[in-house]
Amino acid sequence: MPVEAAPCVAIIGAGPAGLRAAAALVAAGLRPVLLDEAPEPGGQIYRRPPPALRPALAPAKLYGPDASRARALHEGFAALAGAVDHRPGTMVWNATNRDAGGFRLMLHHTSGLRSALDCDALILATGAMDRILPMPGWTLPGVWSLGGAQVMLKGQANLIGRRPVFAGSGPLLYLIAGQYAAAGGTPAAVIDAASFGAKLRAIPWLAARPAVMLRGVAMTALLRARGVPLLEGCHADRIEAADDGLRVHWSGARGTGFVTGDAVAIGHGLKPEHLLADILGCDRRYDTGARQWLVHTDAEGRSSQPGLYLAGDMAGIRGGHAAETAGELTALAALADLGRAAPGRPALRRALIRQDLFRKGMERAFPFPSDRVADLPDETIVCRCEGIGAGDLRQAIRLWQPADVNRLKAMTRCGMGRCQGRLCGDIAAGLLASETGRHVADVGSLRGQAPVKPLPAGRAEAATAIVP
Amino acid sequence: MTPAPIILRRALPRVCIIGGGIVGSATAFFLARGGCPVELLERDTVGSRASGVNFGGVRRHGRAVAELPLAIRSRAIWPRLRELIGHDCDFETPGHLKVAQTEAELEPLARWAAIGRAHGLTIDLLDRGQLRRDHPWLTHDLAGGSFCPGDGYANPRLVAPYFARAARAEGAVIREGHPVLAVEDTAGGGFVLHGPLGARHEADVVVNAAGAWGGAIAGQLGLDVPMVSLAPQMFVTEPTTRRIGPVLGMVSGAIYLRQSVRGNVIFGGGRGSVHPDGLRSRPAEDVFERSPALVRALIPALAGVPLIRSWTGIEGNTPDGLPVIGESGGRAGLIHACGFSGHGFEMGPGVGETLRDLILTGDAGLDLSAFSPDRFAVPPAIRSA
Repeated sequence: MPVEAAPCVAIIGAGPAGLRAAAALVAAGLRPVLLDEAPEPGGQIYRRPPPALRPALAPAKLYGPDASRARALHEGFAALAGAVDHRPGTMVWNATNRDAGGFRLMLHHTSGLRSALDCDALILATGAMDRILPMPGWTLPGVWSLGGAQVMLKGQANLIGRRPVFAGSGPLLYLIAGQYAAAGGTPAAVIDAASFGAKLRAIPWLAARPAVMLRGVAMTALLRARGVPLLEGCHADRIEAADDGLRVHWSGARGTGFVTGDAVAIGHGLKPEHLLADILGCDRRYDTGARQWLVHTDAEGRSSQPGLYLAGDMAGIRGGHAAETAGELTALAALADLGRAAPGRPALRRALIRQDLFRKGMERAFPFPSDRVADLPDETIVCRCEGIGAGDLRQAIRLWQPADVNRLKAMTRCGMGRCQGRLCGDIAAGLLASETGRHVADVGSLRGQAPVKPLPAGRAEAATAIVP
Repeated sequence: MTPAPIILRRALPRVCIIGGGIVGSATAFFLARGGCPVELLERDTVGSRASGVNFGGVRRHGRAVAELPLAIRSRAIWPRLRELIGHDCDFETPGHLKVAQTEAELEPLARWAAIGRAHGLTIDLLDRGQLRRDHPWLTHDLAGGSFCPGDGYANPRLVAPYFARAARAEGAVIREGHPVLAVEDTAGGGFVLHGPLGARHEADVVVNAAGAWGGAIAGQLGLDVPMVSLAPQMFVTEPTTRRIGPVLGMVSGAIYLRQSVRGNVIFGGGRGSVHPDGLRSRPAEDVFERSPALVRALIPALAGVPLIRSWTGIEGNTPDGLPVIGESGGRAGLIHACGFSGHGFEMGPGVGETLRDLILTGDAGLDLSAFSPDRFAVPPAIRSA
């Protein structure tokens, strides 16, 4: 297997954080390696449609008010061509700490080629994925994650349905429902667990970024004007297949009822993609505001592992704008640690503090409904890879009294499937905590294991003879 | 002189077992059922080490001759797990197929078949054509194979915990998160084991079932059991079409493999690295490349099936690859059952039953001499040189 000579800094993820980090490193005279799974830069938020679909999907339609930012990032990065060792279609499936310091990254390219790459400093900008509170019926055909619904639109110029139901919690519900409306869909309803009151009470924090807050208000007004029912303070309780489509039963501030659509997109916020940081041994902490485990960093994105930095949503869900700030700041922190000039950090730190206030507001306005985990009906599938239900987990918890969620995984298979427990791990931990009267922070979280994503065969493996 | 059976030294010996893997848990169960006051002390969680993360093979096929009687005794217990400990631990018996890549590798298969048959096992030797006919999913390059019906696999994560649970129901005391910090000989012929926070455990009999860490426990008691910690590396793929019937092994030992009921292919091959602290291990980079490539060459239909996870566990290996089982000549009442060199899972239940007989009657019921803890002892003349 070829091992390349050490470059100075590697970045994983070409979303807003990774792109801004790359630009800052180039400005300092380095040639960073930028590793990204997608064929083109932009990340999830500024994902670009395939070239053939671009005429149909203008940036204004795809990215809304962020279109100018998206364009600036895409064009800014294009201008760096040659100055960055950009490797699209490259999955980092494992990483190790080298004895001599720095890291070795194991790469798999979509072509099937495998290689290893050594770096002295590493910036993880791996983004986030959907966080989902499962409900009976969430594994039915036609039910998507919110992120999946957005990928369908941005990446395929397609809709998951003509009149999808959007259910869960968080600003993405309104954003994606709005994008679907703009793209010709007719959202059947938005069912948002967050109450109007909670949003009002979050205003003092949200006011740290008034423009963004007002944009959210405008988004809901637009949906309302189009006649989309917005059920605030209501929980999607279960989904069932009916003759006329998928029925989402809800209950909450406005009583009970159901909405029927031809597809359902669910999401209850986002969750950092932190498996590589776990494998590299970064310290984590349970964040009571975000109601999930976050990798611990200092104010400039340094992790507990020397030479390893985190930027963007993988360090905490702050959104695309903050990801740009953090990407640049983190790159400067890495430069400073490498003994290079890295001016301008104080201003970036101040900007991040403002964005952090806004994040706290979002966590107050759209709290993850973790209190509902305790009451998940037994028949709810929690681990869809292995088909493990809430009832199976409760039974195992009673039988084994597991000390932590990894033991619960061992006894039930929950979290052993292809998603590596990304979707079910927190829910299993929540059930373990509630069933044993502990705080969720005291039952641990699933350990990351390589490969962090399903690893296809490599081309270097085209062995014809079996030689042990 | 043969020591008197332990049962004669005291009506009901108090037994303290160090280590809650499959061997320790099964021993605790059979002893507690036999009426002994049993205490099991486990540093971590029952079955969380090699017992819980191994391949799960339940195999007599191809075992070292010295191990075969014990392996056969143990195999008789596996189908009774539901009756004994309340769960079948997903035990399945699709048979075990060992394949030869070269004509030269057929010779050891034939030789072992005679041994297996002499022990009452059914062994089918397959030539190139028969192998291809019976197992068309295998690469056609193989020279032949040997099939042992009745072998199979079980779910390693469940076996030790269910044995420990059943032992507790029989009255055994199971302590998890309870390392043994020191073992002390008492003047009266018994032992005192020191645990955390000043805990003391008195025992007439101590069973060292500490797996890869058994050598260190033995060393504390003045017995030299050389042991090397190795970390076999395991893999699992996404679920795929069910096509692999038997558990598969290679004469070369390079790969061992099975397909779960859900369709995941689970295989082992190569070794990861053991952390210097001896407590942790991790997969190795080169094994990540090599072992999956070997599997894809062996079973071409798996070429497009992605891997979803790899892991390692720590096993204690002795110089001759045989476990250490039995009483040490130097100290009556001190029984070792460790260093299983990767063979502990299948034999675990049988070891438990055998140690029960040894402790309660003085007669193990089968010949343990090949596993003597004293076989590695260096003669004093050489030691002083």
